[in-house]
Order: sequence, then structure tokens, then C-alpha cells
Amino acid sequence: MQKYETVIGLEVHVEMATESKIFCSCSAKFGGEQNEHVCPACCGMPGMLPIVNKHAVDLGMTAGMMLNCHINRVTTFDKKSYYYPDLPCSYQTTQWFAPVCVNGTVTIQTANGPKDIRIKQIHMEEDAGKLVHDEWTDTSLVDFNRTSVPLIEIVSQPDLSSAEEVVAYLERLRSLLRFAKVSGCRMEQGSMRCDVNLSVRPVGSTKLGVRTEMKNMNSLSAIVRAIEYETARHIDCIESGSDELVQETRRWDDIKGKSYAMRTKETAGDYRYFPDPNIMPIVIDDEWYDRIKASLPEFPEVKKERYVNELGLTEYDADQLIQSRQMCDCFEEATAQCGRAKEVANWLISDCMKILNKKQMTVDALPISGKALGKLIALVADGKVGSANGRKILAAMFEEDIDPLTYAEQNGLIISNDTDNIKAVVKAVVAADPKSVEDFKSGKEKALMALFGKCMRELKGNCDPQVLRTVLLETING
Amino acid sequence: MKLMINEGSAGEKRVALDDLILTKDLPTTAGSKMLDGYVSLFEAEVATRLQKAGYTIGGKANVGEFAIDLLGETSYFGACAKEDGTLVYAANELLEKGEVCAALQMDVNGAPRRAAALAGQYYVKPTYGTVSRFGTIPVACSGETVGVAATTAETCRQVLAAVAGYDEKDGTSLPQSMYTQPKDIKKVAILADITAAADADTQAKVAAFQAFLESKGIACEKVEVECMSAAKTAWNALMAAELCNNVSRYDGVKYGYRTPNYTNIDELYTGSRTEAFGDVLKTMILFGSDVLSTNNYEKMYDKSLRIRRVVAEAFADLFTKYDCVLLPACAKQRYTVEDVKADQYLACQEALFTAPASITGLPAVIAGGVQLVGPAFSESSMLDVAQCYGKEGK
Ligand SMILES: [Zn+2]
Repeated sequence: MQKYETVIGLEVHVEMATESKIFCSCSAKFGGEQNEHVCPACCGMPGMLPIVNKHAVDLGMTAGMMLNCHINRVTTFDKKSYYYPDLPCSYQTTQWFAPVCVNGTVTIQTANGPKDIRIKQIHMEEDAGKLVHDEWTDTSLVDFNRTSVPLIEIVSQPDLSSAEEVVAYLERLRSLLRFAKVSGCRMEQGSMRCDVNLSVRPVGSTKLGVRTEMKNMNSLSAIVRAIEYETARHIDCIESGSDELVQETRRWDDIKGKSYAMRTKETAGDYRYFPDPNIMPIVIDDEWYDRIKASLPEFPEVKKERYVNELGLTEYDADQLIQSRQMCDCFEEATAQCGRAKEVANWLISDCMKILNKKQMTVDALPISGKALGKLIALVADGKVGSANGRKILAAMFEEDIDPLTYAEQNGLIISNDTDNIKAVVKAVVAADPKSVEDFKSGKEKALMALFGKCMRELKGNCDPQVLRTVLLETING
Repeated sequence: MKLMINEGSAGEKRVALDDLILTKDLPTTAGSKMLDGYVSLFEAEVATRLQKAGYTIGGKANVGEFAIDLLGETSYFGACAKEDGTLVYAANELLEKGEVCAALQMDVNGAPRRAAALAGQYYVKPTYGTVSRFGTIPVACSGETVGVAATTAETCRQVLAAVAGYDEKDGTSLPQSMYTQPKDIKKVAILADITAAADADTQAKVAAFQAFLESKGIACEKVEVECMSAAKTAWNALMAAELCNNVSRYDGVKYGYRTPNYTNIDELYTGSRTEAFGDVLKTMILFGSDVLSTNNYEKMYDKSLRIRRVVAEAFADLFTKYDCVLLPACAKQRYTVEDVKADQYLACQEALFTAPASITGLPAVIAGGVQLVGPAFSESSMLDVAQCYGKEGK
């Protein structure tokens, strides 16, 4: 029986997938040359006024609805003051007094079964820039590309009690937010990162222990290691009565596998929040609320159930598809087009994934339309295009937006039922390879396959395999 | 005495801009060493509209550091004063000398109103949200507006018409559909308690204007509204809080003054700000910082917001019975260099007269050395009265 329990609350920052920044029209795209996506507003020059990006509010509301939150119908932006060179105005515009979403829940699954994690609030805010240290000249340079990129911060209640639960919670958030297209949630690009608030108390105690916070964690494995280290450190301090356990912000060094207290100077301070007078309160009327509500996707597990029960997919295939909203959308569209769910799933899970892997693309970037995929699968299933040629067409579809039928016609990939032509080709192949004919006649089945392959190649694959087999046997047997 | 910080073009319809209104070709300094030589990458919406309407930017009028002082005395480029020590505001002196036909001024704490009243000129502070603040150096965004000073009410009206109207680049800009039709002014309330706080000469100005109004058949009644004087304290607190936040961007990192003496980021911040900001500004920053601190937020910032609502309700109540109110714009008829030496924060006291309109965003008009404050969108009716005064009042 363990003596202590860990109490963990998370603050998860997620960059929202908007085209432009939250208060100016600069691109919010990841990457780019340093200071390429900047303007006087996001560089903190005086005189520019913030204009709220409505799409960011849409996505903030969407996130809240996916996490069962109450949406505040009047939501405001506030200023949080602190000095740091990557914060050009020396204040961050965030939501302090009336965040867009409050009081939600997320259900996680672990080995111990399902558990509800309460969400305290979700607020929108702007991201900060990045400091780059130039060793050569020993100077620090500021890159404002990420400044004012819209974020949501999802604040949980301290309902998590282990690294396993934290991972399950983060994966669940990631899945829901990706599904609702709120964010790509790419931890490696920093578009999802979290602050871990942790305390330890004796089992059965209702009083919370001393809390420490580890900021800006951006990998699941590092989070697991940090939680395990910090839990052990807390227990050590409690047992030895050490005065080293104080409420503070700590930095996790994943290489050394240790957490360090940050200088108080970096963390202490009064943020002097107050409402931003340049941003009028945002009123979310019924029409706006209903529009967002109607745009919500089915939850992944609802989709899975439907795929298995109504469309006859295996559990495994359904699981593969619900890893990504793009896959699901493509699957559903293609199935609606051709009515062959099982085949669509196969093409997506094996053929499309193969091409994506080869191109080193993520599933989110799946470039083909479900409609075109459905058309292609119908062509193959109806025997109009051979399956090898179908894969050629699929590869072409990844390169450009083409209609499978038109492409097949233009490139001579349509199966021909011209039996005279087939007979002529078979006759020539048989005549040119008497040895294989003899082998087959003396009982070597493999020899027939060789002849069949040669004929298929001659016919460029445009032949119904059944027809070819019949003609071939007729020709050999004279 | 430096009236113009940077000279613009010569031309027929020359307008001076307070040195807080950004232009692309001339530097904009906010009267501060911090922004000495700062040239903006973009220009203020009002500057664009002004030029579209055929006016010329005559140059940048000297202002006090971030326009929060009495009459520009805290400018890094020096105070403007006559030989006898009388303080003048640069924009009004340029008008007096006929160098410009009008001036666009930032009304943060009422300095342009005070100055126009002292100079016997005309000034209109429009309804908050009717003139774009895009491209004006922010100081106290919740109440500041761009106003127009001129030697006639008619010019004020024309220049205001050129720059006013909805601007999508300003989130507080009011769409035209929200404008209401102003009523003619037939009944005026004189704020007796605030008037009583001014000296005899100033009270005489109010009495003279009252006589003019009555001669035009406009009824005047004295009223006492207790909460009006609280607007001063509340606006000083809100203004300082917003100022503190707005000037925090001047940190020596990106643009503006940077101290040559630093070895780390903290020294860069404190050195740059210590060396570039003046004493009055520093005090106001500290005051604002205190107002917003966690300990004081409730009792200072939040309370000021509540006072703002109370004052707005008091005005709304007055406007059910009266078409506008009449009050002085300042306590005396002359301020000197000695006065502001004796009390650097005199502007905070003088806010008694100007804060009611600043904190509520209501329009105000200066004519005959006094101030009219009316309901939202009533500036044209008040300018009618001012214009009539210009023709017949003197
Ligand atoms: Zn920008």
C-alpha cells in the first residue's frame, strides 16, 4: 500500500490553427525566415490597435465545446504586464476576468478504467516571440514570428494523480482538438506544451501539499520523467522534513534528468491584470453559438462505433482511421461516393499511408479528395481499371488534383474487353515461349503464371485477369 | 520656446498635429527623449483623412511628455512660455500666430481644452469612438480622443468632419449606424459646485457665457452634482494605470532610446527608462503601477471604473432635463512656469474640470473660455452654439 498520492493539475497551451495572428493580419504559419511574419502591431510599435481575429474565437469556442465547457456569452480580453524581450509590448493580451470557456470535463481511459478530469477554464491569449542567442557576437536576438499567434490555455483542476493519467489526458486533448481542427497539437513544433503543477500528500489527507510548477514541457516522455522525479523529490523532502520544498517554479532539465528552482526574479511579480480598453467585450449571440455547435465533429469513439457497426469495418481498421480527422473525412467521403467501406479503409490504411510515409508527410496533410478516391475504388471494383494500374492512378492523385477516370483514359489504363486483341497478344506470347508451354503441360503450374504475367505486361495491365486466364488456357490447350 | 518639433509642408490649409499623432515622413516623439527622432512605419488614420480632404500637415506641435501634464511644460524639448512666464500650449500659439488654420490634438487629460479656453480659441473634443485613434501614441486608451482646435468654431467643425467616421482599424470605433441625431440646445445646466472651485475671473467667464446663452433664449439653471468631482480622482487613477501599461513597451530593446551603460537585460531596461523618462511621467507610471497592483486593484482601479459608471449615469440623468452642461475648463485664467515649478502635478488638480468628459467619453466644446459637455453625438449642436457665440457673443 503506498503512503503518498500525487496531485497534478495541468495548464496546456495549444496554438490555434488560424491563418493569421490573433490581433493583426500577419501569417500565423509555423516556420519562415526570422521576423518574416511581423508588422508594426506584433512588434509592439505604438499606434496599432488590436482587432480580434474572429476565427480564433471560433476555435476557442470549438475547443470548449469539445471539452464539455460552458461558453461565456460575453468574453473579454485583458492585459498581463511583465518585462521580457520576447514580449514586444511588455504586456500579453490574455483573458483573465471572463475567459471564453469554463467548467468542462474530459474523460480519460487508463488501466484503471475511465476517469473524469475537470477543466477549470479555457482562455485565449497571444503567444510570445523567441530569443535566439548568437554565440559568435555574444548577443541575444529576438524573433517575433510567433508573437501574437493565437493560443488557448486549457487549465485543469488538480484531478490527475499519476504520469500515466497525465499522458492519457494529453493524448485525449490532442485527439479531440485535432479532430475539431482547433490545432495540429504538434509538441515537437511547440504548438502544444504544458505546465505541470504537482504536489504530494499522504493518502487519505484532504489538504493539498506544497505545490511546484514545471513550465513549458513539450514532450510526453519528458513529462513522464519529470513527474516521476518531482514526485520522488517531494516525498524525500516530506520524509526528511527538508525546507527545500517550497512553492516555486522549476525548470526540468531532461538531459540531466533533474528539476531546478528558477531564480525568483524570473518568476516573482505582480502581473497587474486589467481589461484591455481597446478591445470591446465580445458578445457571443445564439446565431454564433449555434453555428459553432453545428460545426463540431463526431467524437472519435462515436465514429469508431459507427464504422464497425454500420459500415462493417474491423475494430483494427476503425482504430487506424480515427487517429486522424483527415483520414475520417476522406474515408466517409469516399465511402459515400463508391459505397465500398471495407475497400476504402484498405486503400487508405495501406496504400495511402505507404505513399504518405514515402513522401514523409503527416496524415493531416493527406492531399487527395475523398470523392476522387471513391471514384478510383469504383473503377477498380467494377473491373474498369486493373488493381496495379489503380495504384498508379492513386500515386498520380497525390501529385495533382485529377479525375481518376479521365486520367485512366488519357494514359491508356482502362481495361479493354477487346478479346481479338487479347487473343493476338496471348498467341504471340505463347509462340515466343514454347518452353514454358511445355513445362506447364508437364504439370508445372508456375509456368502458367509466368506466361500470364508476360501477357499482362504486354497488355499494360488493361485486361480482366479472369478473361486473360481463360484465353491463355484455350490457346495453350489448342 | 519650441512650438513645432518638426516642420511639415507649407500650404494653404496647414494643420498642426500634436506630436503624439504618427506620420511617416516626420518623427513623432510624444514629447519624450525616449522617442526623440522616432519615425513611424505608418501614419495615423486622422493624418490620412486630413490630407485626403485637402489639408496639409504643417508639422508636429510640441506637447508635454505623453500629454499628461498641465500645458506641455514637461516636454523633453522644453516648455512653451511667454516672456512673462505665462505658459502657452504650442498648438494654440501656432494658431494665434496664424501659422496653421487648425490643430489636431490628443485630449488625454484635458490639456487641449484647458489651453483653448486660456487662449480664447475654439476646440471640440468629439464623442469617444467617432474619430479613429489608429496611429496615435496610446496613453489612456479608454478615454483619450483626437480633438480639433481652431480660431473659429466653423473651422473646428470642418476639420472634424474631415477626420471623423468609422474606421475598421480601431476596435472602439463606432459604426455610423450607432450615431444618433443631436437635438438643438435649448436648456443648459451650469455645474455650480465645480464652477465654484474656480477663481473669480474664471467664474466671471462662466457668468458671461450664461448671459450670452440667455440672450439667445437658451434657459440656464444651476445644478449641483456631487459625484462629478469624483471623476477627477477616478480619471487620474485610470489614466495613470493605462499610461503605465502603455509606456511599458518603451524598454530600449526594439526602438527608441537605449542607455549605453548596461551589462544585462535588467540594466538595459532600467537604465534606458531612467535616462529617457522625465520625473512627472515616472511618478505617474509608479502611481499607475500601484493602482493596478493586486493589493490595490479593487480599491483603486475597480472603484474608478465604478465611479466612471456613476458619473455617466449622473450625466444621463442631467441630459433628460438639459441639452448640455456648462462648466469652466480650468481654475484660473493664467498659469506660469512658477506655478508648475511649485506643483509639478497641477494637471491632476485641474482634472476637476476636464475629467468628467474624459472619463465618460462625452463630447465637449470650448468657446468663450468655458466648456460645454453634452450627450453623445451632440458636438455639432454645441458647435452651433459656439459658432453663434463667435459671431455675436463678444
Ligand atoms: Zn503582425
